Amino acid sequence: MGRRPMPRLVSHPDEVKLVSKRFGQGAANIDRYIELGGYESVKKCLAQGPELCPAWIIDEMKASGLRGRGGAGFPTGLKWSFVPKQSAKPKYVLVNGDESEPGTCKDHLIFLHDPHAVIEGTIIAGLAIGAKVGFIYLRGEYRYLLEIMDKAVADAYAKGFLGKNIFGAGNETTGTEFQIITQTGAGAYEVGEESALMESLEGKRGIPRIKPPFPAVVGLYGGPTVINNAETIATVPHVFDIGGAAFAAIGSPRNGGTRLFSISGHVQRPGVYELPMGYNLKKMIYDVAGGIRGGRKLKAVVPGGSSTPVLLPEEIENLGMDFDQVGKAGSMLGSGGVVVIDDQTCIVEFALRTISFYQHESCGWCIPCREGTDWLKKSLTRFHAGFGVAKDIDNIQYLAENMMGRTFCPLGDAAAMPTIAFVKKFRREFEDHLNGNPCPFAKHVELAVI
Amino acid sequence: MTLFSPKLAAQFDALVEKYPLRRSALVPMLLYAQDEIGYLSDAVIAEVAERIGVTELEVRNVASYYSMLRFKPAGKYNVQVCTNISCMLRGAYDLYERFQEELGIGHKGITPDGLFSLEEVECIGACCWGPAIQINYDFHDELAPDHVPGILAGYRGRSVADGKAPHA
Repeated sequence: MGRRPMPRLVSHPDEVKLVSKRFGQGAANIDRYIELGGYESVKKCLAQGPELCPAWIIDEMKASGLRGRGGAGFPTGLKWSFVPKQSAKPKYVLVNGDESEPGTCKDHLIFLHDPHAVIEGTIIAGLAIGAKVGFIYLRGEYRYLLEIMDKAVADAYAKGFLGKNIFGAGNETTGTEFQIITQTGAGAYEVGEESALMESLEGKRGIPRIKPPFPAVVGLYGGPTVINNAETIATVPHVFDIGGAAFAAIGSPRNGGTRLFSISGHVQRPGVYELPMGYNLKKMIYDVAGGIRGGRKLKAVVPGGSSTPVLLPEEIENLGMDFDQVGKAGSMLGSGGVVVIDDQTCIVEFALRTISFYQHESCGWCIPCREGTDWLKKSLTRFHAGFGVAKDIDNIQYLAENMMGRTFCPLGDAAAMPTIAFVKKFRREFEDHLNGNPCPFAKHVELAVI
Repeated sequence: MTLFSPKLAAQFDALVEKYPLRRSALVPMLLYAQDEIGYLSDAVIAEVAERIGVTELEVRNVASYYSMLRFKPAGKYNVQVCTNISCMLRGAYDLYERFQEELGIGHKGITPDGLFSLEEVECIGACCWGPAIQINYDFHDELAPDHVPGILAGYRGRSVADGKAPHA
């Protein structure tokens, strides 16, 4: 009946499996994780001794070139180094597993197959910044994954890997303390924004905080906080497994390591593939994911989750998938969610579905986002239904451009950026919807076009 | 007196002690309360407010922000069909239409027997296995419209087996 106990795993010879190497190996079981080399990285860090350990970890992280996998691509080692050494308030590590960027399902697999990697990465982050508590926040829809994560945390406590004296390096007073608390969300894309996530964890509406101060200085409960995406944290143990320099060597310049790419949409073999940073996007679509299904042609690709500007086939010819190259091409690597669109897809409908999401998820706190997403949705709905007028096209673009950079948090930009790209790159297709012409592709507008 | 089962009440007693700040238990508590009671009734909100130590208004203010929290009953099995981009490209709207036809209800509707409710939802994090849905917390992925009758029959059977009445 189409029900599977677990989502399908995929494989391709070009993959370099670090983060995904334990997927499908039963590593949610702590003994199996240890058997597969787990918890060795954190022991390596602890072996540096309490004095040298933080600086050693941060240096190694900087050498690795690992950049935040949540979307912004900020260097992780540098982020950790911003946390003040001395702090009157407790410091925290916060793992962002609110994975909600449409097109992205990599953290889903990490929590399912390798929850101890998340725990191990969280402990290492804690050692680096001198935090005693880490929080792992999962989106509310991931209840079965939260249960897996909770079991893993309980098992880590039982082994003495978490608690007052982790890994038994000292005793109750001289040992290193680290606690992990898991948390569930309850449905909100906006909570994926770092300060909104902190608000949610403090039992409030997930509304972003104004910055500065940045979380590294004033974060959760007012204490210095490092917040990282779940994939970033799950990657950390692998940095220490192979060493920072070796990790950096896998990727492209200034983009260390591998990335879990969620390839979805009109490809033959959708799935989460782990490829070196800088891997060619065209190859990713045609070789790794098997090309466009049904013998159709590629029309466009969204390279890094629904908030990243769409790219045309000619723009991906020589495009390496790393933060810098995709940025240069006018889009973003984002969350690594590659959404592939074939030539039978209406871009206006796709744009409308994209903006409908942001309209739904806008927290309503600041006006350019709340009003902007709403008007964009209204305009695109009317337009797609065949009631658009020529000046709507410019208005949509104007509205989106005036949201850019004018909101508290990146959600406004996340809605505006793709909209601008759709209009600019597919203006002809927007014009085809004018003068009462029915949508040339979609069948879902038949009712609306009277 | 508590509205919740002894097991959940004990879980809540522990939950508020888990965090550096009691209030951090609020969002999980609301979700777990809803899982058991079916929705956030006035009585649930009152008890949660008391357990956390905030006003009912504060609880409502927070609860209204989160899309999974609801103030009205849903069906015993809440069918959530993702129609966001990745699922849409793989036929999510056809799937959603089939659910509407089979259940005879639309977005946020409940079947007269209270067994099923239906929702069109945003991305559920199963993009590579789309079109995907969740029924309560269970994922079903790589679906086609023809899978719909079988899925619904499976849940009808499960409901008979567990013997519990629907919430609605």
